Amino acid sequence: MPRRHLVSHRLVAVFLLGCLLFNYPLLAVLDRFGSIGGLPSSFVWLMAAWFFLIVLMAVIVERSDNRDY
Amino acid sequence: MLTVWIIVAASLAYLVLLFGIAWYADRRADAGRSVIDNSLVYALSLGVYCTTWTFYGSVGRAAASGIGFLPIYLGPTLLFALGAVILHKMIRIAKANRITSIADFVASRYGKSQLLGGLVSVIAVVGVIPYIALQLKAVSSTFVLLTEVGLQPGAATVAPLLQDSAFYVAGLLAVFTILFGTRHMDATERHEGMVAAIAFESVIKLVAFLAAGLFVVYGMYGGLGDLFDKARAVPEITQRLLGDGRAVIDYGNWFALTLLAFFAALLLPRQFQIAVVENVNPQHLRRAIWLFPLYLFLINLFVLPIALAGLMHFPGGTDADSFVLTLPMAFQQQSLTLLVFVGGLSAATGMVIVETIALSTMVCNDLVMPVLLRWRALGLQQREDLTGLLLGIRRWAIAIILALGYLYFRIAGEAYALVSIGLISFAAMAQFAPVVLGGMYWKGGTQSGALAALGAGFFIWTYTLLLPSFAKSGWLPADFLQHGPWGIELLRPQQLFGLTGLSEITHCLVWSMVFNLGSYVGVSLMRIPDAREARQAKLFVEESGAAAPNWRGGAELDDLLPLAARFIGPERAQEAFDRHARSRGFTSSAALHGVKSDAELVHFAETLLAGAIGSASARAMVASVVQEEPLGLDEVMNILDEASQVRAYSHELEIKSQELTQATAELRAANERLRELDSLKDDFISTVTHELRTPLTSIRAFSEMLHEDPKIDLVERTRFLGIIVSETERLSRLINQILDLAKLESGRAEWTSAEVNLSEVIREAVDSISSLAKEKKITLQLDLPEPGAIVLADRDRLTQVMINLLSNSVKFVASGSGHVKVGAGETADEVSVSVCDNGPGIRAEDRELIFEKFRQGTGDAGALTDKPQGTGLGLPISRQIIEYFGGKLWVESELGKGACFRFTLPRDSAQNRR
Repeated sequence: MPRRHLVSHRLVAVFLLGCLLFNYPLLAVLDRFGSIGGLPSSFVWLMAAWFFLIVLMAVIVERSDNRDY
Repeated sequence: MLTVWIIVAASLAYLVLLFGIAWYADRRADAGRSVIDNSLVYALSLGVYCTTWTFYGSVGRAAASGIGFLPIYLGPTLLFALGAVILHKMIRIAKANRITSIADFVASRYGKSQLLGGLVSVIAVVGVIPYIALQLKAVSSTFVLLTEVGLQPGAATVAPLLQDSAFYVAGLLAVFTILFGTRHMDATERHEGMVAAIAFESVIKLVAFLAAGLFVVYGMYGGLGDLFDKARAVPEITQRLLGDGRAVIDYGNWFALTLLAFFAALLLPRQFQIAVVENVNPQHLRRAIWLFPLYLFLINLFVLPIALAGLMHFPGGTDADSFVLTLPMAFQQQSLTLLVFVGGLSAATGMVIVETIALSTMVCNDLVMPVLLRWRALGLQQREDLTGLLLGIRRWAIAIILALGYLYFRIAGEAYALVSIGLISFAAMAQFAPVVLGGMYWKGGTQSGALAALGAGFFIWTYTLLLPSFAKSGWLPADFLQHGPWGIELLRPQQLFGLTGLSEITHCLVWSMVFNLGSYVGVSLMRIPDAREARQAKLFVEESGAAAPNWRGGAELDDLLPLAARFIGPERAQEAFDRHARSRGFTSSAALHGVKSDAELVHFAETLLAGAIGSASARAMVASVVQEEPLGLDEVMNILDEASQVRAYSHELEIKSQELTQATAELRAANERLRELDSLKDDFISTVTHELRTPLTSIRAFSEMLHEDPKIDLVERTRFLGIIVSETERLSRLINQILDLAKLESGRAEWTSAEVNLSEVIREAVDSISSLAKEKKITLQLDLPEPGAIVLADRDRLTQVMINLLSNSVKFVASGSGHVKVGAGETADEVSVSVCDNGPGIRAEDRELIFEKFRQGTGDAGALTDKPQGTGLGLPISRQIIEYFGGKLWVESELGKGACFRFTLPRDSAQNRR
């Protein structure tokens, strides 16, 4: 696989990961945890997962060469 | 308390600042030093996604359904994860085809259909105008909230026209949009000043919302933990929003909203405008891939806390949509309140500006122009300069769209229709998804398929979402909601075909997508795409620039340049044609005059026009000046087929030619080898003849002497006869060996194979040579292991090798002092034999030569001797034999210190041969 495809393939993987993290059934599992540190677990989970995805995307994009993808 | 004048002044100052920024950016753009040419500004301008619906509405949604507001932002995050795939491709396609709106995109993809472009424009306008109304309402109601009655519930009533802030905002926005959205006709439809202003607005609304959030969390409460603890103490909140230990999310709805937002961030006219049309450089998307989601993340950070704080502070009171404003107001934070108001204003204005520009482009290019151009009575086909007309249409379109938005706001007011209009708009835009995404990745989609899809999707959307919202606002009799039209329960708009248990948005999405996608695929598959569709499909799906030609025949520069000039102005047209000419290696466009039937020039002109008036109209205009002989489907198909066949053939040819090259090389090598063998054979024959002639000559000479002179005395006679006998022996030995060698080389030699004791063979050979050795007074020394190693070999052949090696040594050592030593040894997998002498040795360069036929070693420093003491075939034969058994035969020697012939045989050699 050429390098330039690697970046976009990684991002597609992030997309799939996001679909998993933001949806049933994973969300249902976390929703039943109750609260984490006084905050509702689903809220904490969604914000944390969201931020994690953004960091992941930033790392993938910024580490790649300008000409990639 | 903030006075009206402070608020008005601040709002005006803010708008003036926007004008300033836009004006400055436009100036810089004209000077060629763009301020928006970087990914940060690009990402910020994408923040136009966040309207007042985000700024105020998110908190309202959060107050009603907890984290239910989040999917609207998770969807775009997921979209941007696919940005490198979907968005990047969309930008490339749009740039290559000068596409300036989503309507143009769809029209262009499906064979430049004016009908399709018009339909998309209508859907966009119908779907988005209420959304614009929502922005005006937000400005208006927050203004009322600030200036008049403060915190009383239900206070926001619609003010009289001349006192209504929304009226003035709409007016100012119309002026702004017209100024910066329709400055001049440009084939690219980019508006740098506007984009710079939008990016600035994104910053303002983010800062304002974060400031409000920080105030609520850390000013009113002691941090997030404190806020949530206190919220949990209120039973109603706990039950409805926080849901400790219970599932509070409706997963079906959650997924549907994520999907809707995913589509909306791609297909809303303003998102398409900013992300695709206004994109300066596709590379900017790279960083925006994570910057834009980060922006969404930040602006949502405090939504839930503000909603909870609002619910706690105003129990059962104020409209939750305005919590972000009313909370600072309640705490007398005047400057913060003002900042939040300006933030809300920026959210509203940003959305309205971009949306109206995008819509006006669509309305002008895909609705009005096609009609005007067909209306022959207007004589537009003949008019010289149409740039003024185009700009006029767009300006009017902007004004009318804003007026419609304002009108809708006035009529709908507080009605239900406005409250959830954001999602209703999203659902309308989602109807574009199958034709747009399908068009980018599937070549089979046809114009009729796209028309059917949009028609069906729009119909279902109207029936299941728009009409019910009208009914709930009291504009339509509500009983068709309960009992269905004509009392048919199965057709109830919000439980279509008896589907229940979904939210109205999800319900609409499910059915509209079923019919939309179904029609798209079903109708598209009813026929193969026609010529024009196939060509556009190739351009969009494969992005191949050199598709089958669109135009056969051609047009003169004299026809095309004035045509372009009519729509984009003479200077700009001249400039563009000059650029095109230069890119093709001509000095100026004038040089294109002579180029006949130039399909490339026609294509360029069409693309140029497409930027100004849309691809469908551009095609119609160009068709009017080109002496078109339209390509029939068969012809295009033939061209495509031929092209692909030619490609296939050339590929095959390439492979064949590679194979040929390889075969040629092999043949050449073989030929070389044959020549070598041939010359070797010649050498061999001449050598053999020479070798045979020598003994023959002496036999003949002595025989003749005996024959002619009967008086030779007995002693002499006996001597002569002795010579004849020995020469005859030599001759027959020579012939035997030649025959032997020929047999060996041709592989016809007969081999027997048995277990042979190597020591015995050696001893036998030494015995048979010992008389010769004695004659020359040479010592033979044997150093053999007992019992000897057993190998599988042909006993006679092995003996032949040993005798040959021994006789060679005996031949070359000096008589008297000569000494030959025979040794044998064995290792795990092979046995070795050596025959060493103290003869003259062999020169390094001769060590391999002696194994060739008829080349013999010599005792002194001279060349290989040609006065043979042997036949010169012994060593080659020996080597053949040893190699036949899988062994090796070689010589080690040092000049003057004797030579050592060694051979090895593998222990299981005979088995191997079989």
